[in-house]
Amino acid sequence: MGKKLKTKAAPEQRASTIITIVLLAALYIFLFALDNALPTTPTTVMLIPVLQKGAIYALVCVSMNLLNGFTGLFSLGQAGFMLIGAYAYAIFCIPAGQHAAVYQYFEGGVVQFSIPEMLSGVLGENAGAFLGAIICIIIAGIVAAIFAALIGIPVLRLKSDYLAIATLGFAEILRAFFQWDGLGKITNGSNLLRKYVNFHNIKIQIGGMIYQLDTIFPFFIATLSILIIVLLVNSSYGRAFKSIRDDEIAAEAMGINLFKHKMLSFVISSFFAGVGGALLAMFQTTVQAAPFRASMTYEILLMVVIGGIGSISGSCIASFLYIACSEWWLRFLDSGSFMGMTVPFFRDGFRKVVFSVVIMIIVLFFSRGIMGDKELSLAGMIRKFKKKKEVKAAKVAAGKEGDAK
Amino acid sequence: MSELISANLPYLLAGISVGGQYALIAIGYTMVYGILRLINFAHGDVFMVAGLIMVYATASLPIYVSVVLVLVFTVILGVLIEKVAYKPLRSAPRMSVMISAIGVSYLLQNCALYFTGGLPQIYPTIPFLSKVIKIGSASTKMVTVITPILTLALVFALVFLIKKTKIGMAMRAVSKDFETSELMGIKINNVISMTFVIGCFLAAVGSLLYFSNYPSVIPTSGAMPGLKAFVAAVFGGIGSVPGAVIGAFIIGICENIIKGMGLTVFSDAFTFVLLIIILLVKPTGIFGEKSTDKV
Repeated sequence: MGKKLKTKAAPEQRASTIITIVLLAALYIFLFALDNALPTTPTTVMLIPVLQKGAIYALVCVSMNLLNGFTGLFSLGQAGFMLIGAYAYAIFCIPAGQHAAVYQYFEGGVVQFSIPEMLSGVLGENAGAFLGAIICIIIAGIVAAIFAALIGIPVLRLKSDYLAIATLGFAEILRAFFQWDGLGKITNGSNLLRKYVNFHNIKIQIGGMIYQLDTIFPFFIATLSILIIVLLVNSSYGRAFKSIRDDEIAAEAMGINLFKHKMLSFVISSFFAGVGGALLAMFQTTVQAAPFRASMTYEILLMVVIGGIGSISGSCIASFLYIACSEWWLRFLDSGSFMGMTVPFFRDGFRKVVFSVVIMIIVLFFSRGIMGDKELSLAGMIRKFKKKKEVKAAKVAAGKEGDAK
Repeated sequence: MSELISANLPYLLAGISVGGQYALIAIGYTMVYGILRLINFAHGDVFMVAGLIMVYATASLPIYVSVVLVLVFTVILGVLIEKVAYKPLRSAPRMSVMISAIGVSYLLQNCALYFTGGLPQIYPTIPFLSKVIKIGSASTKMVTVITPILTLALVFALVFLIKKTKIGMAMRAVSKDFETSELMGIKINNVISMTFVIGCFLAAVGSLLYFSNYPSVIPTSGAMPGLKAFVAAVFGGIGSVPGAVIGAFIIGICENIIKGMGLTVFSDAFTFVLLIIILLVKPTGIFGEKSTDKV
């Protein structure tokens, strides 16, 4: 992710932009192949969900980072906004015919239409599901953002840890409301919402051939959202956010409207948390309010810390690493055997213990995380590489001179 | 009127009992916050671990020996957490310490998950606490009556400790001004350790009382009481011991009355509504001292 400077683009800058585009294209071609062409092996069976979930968490982590890392608002409400997003998405995506089955305890619910289905009627099944899902994801984000705006009015007046505990409290209140039978006709109470459009239903039809978009779809949404956040962070708003983080009083003295900017950051972050929640709902294929508890927010926060508070690329790297380790690479710790040997203490849950010890080590000894507050910059790498080459060349030249003497 | 009371008596009694248990946890939060300015997110999980220690200790030891073991091990655990996870970050920004506390909470829950294998652990019945007695028209366990009495006794002892003894004076000094008290020759680390000893001891007592009302302990059973106790501490004015106790009783009673009205889903949410109201109306809590921002 090349950082854009307003000054004349250096050659490294141009090179890095080209490399970024090439890498992204390669990634998308690989994902497309993974969804359609590659044979199903045990590796791809693990790889696909890890990539999907990794992309979702990358988005959620970046949205949390916008708030905690760039604006200095220590909010712990992320799970609550994801919950809103997940529900908003699911409610508008359940096919009309399935309402009676899903809302079986609530007389079929009150929402009696499905956006993807309505679009399918006009555009055909595949295009309808695709567009409908995107529209529902945007709705999910908007609903989360509206809630954030309402919650923000009282909460954003609070400082540091009081803000943390108040947002945590709001997330818990939201969870209670979504589980309440009184709203059952919309939220299905504490029962599952299911049968809505999920990743496997996202297909595209090109010239008579139907292609699956299982993994590309979450990547596409996540990349787009993260790109928007990057642009925001590098804009004048982003600079205002950072100045609030560094010194609130000084920022106010410089004429930055504290409340307005805090609110903006809170609402945008919640919008993307809602989008992340909608994607998570698609990933899980069922939604229930119960798992969206405080521990989910803690997990996201820990990912952000591992990546480095205030680094977008760090958050992305950390979330993929975290998901890959917890869902795939460290699975053997739970299985009871390691490379054929039986290890008595390798049983269910050991993976998580190892994991949390590693997290504690990072928090205590490497508190800057993987990236600190820097970004992974290709331009920087190219510059370093060039410098190394120059130094090497200079050394070689110096050596030759020495030989000549 | 008497009908109303007799209908609500079980909830009121349960509320007072739960309130006392929250109070014992809340004191740990409020004292640590008063001195370190840290929301010790791991405190609720220490409380849960105390419950698990009891489960494992009674498997091979007589019950009253186990009770002593629970108290001792919980205190050791609390001090250990402070030494390992909070002390190295003493000069770090406040948020890093809070993240460390969240990390410890995550670690404790995962360790509990590993050791219990994810199965609920049946909590042993302490014969003295589980005896069924009758109050008015309601029959209840002995623990319901014991809790408020024990809580108040412990709180008075604690207030005496803080007001009259040398270590208590040191605690007050440190909570007033960390750096100046260090310059005055107060051994900060001893004071902080003492805070954790008291907090964890009370949490262990609280866990004995709390889990006597519940059939089993699971790795997440500390999270909610922990959060509620923290809200109680904020409600009463964080840093103030009597405030935390009063806040805890109010939350415990209200929560059970809401359960009595048939709105069980909202009994947890109510606590947070209360939190947000108090933060907006009087952010320093009922007994809190006003602090001003310094540039």
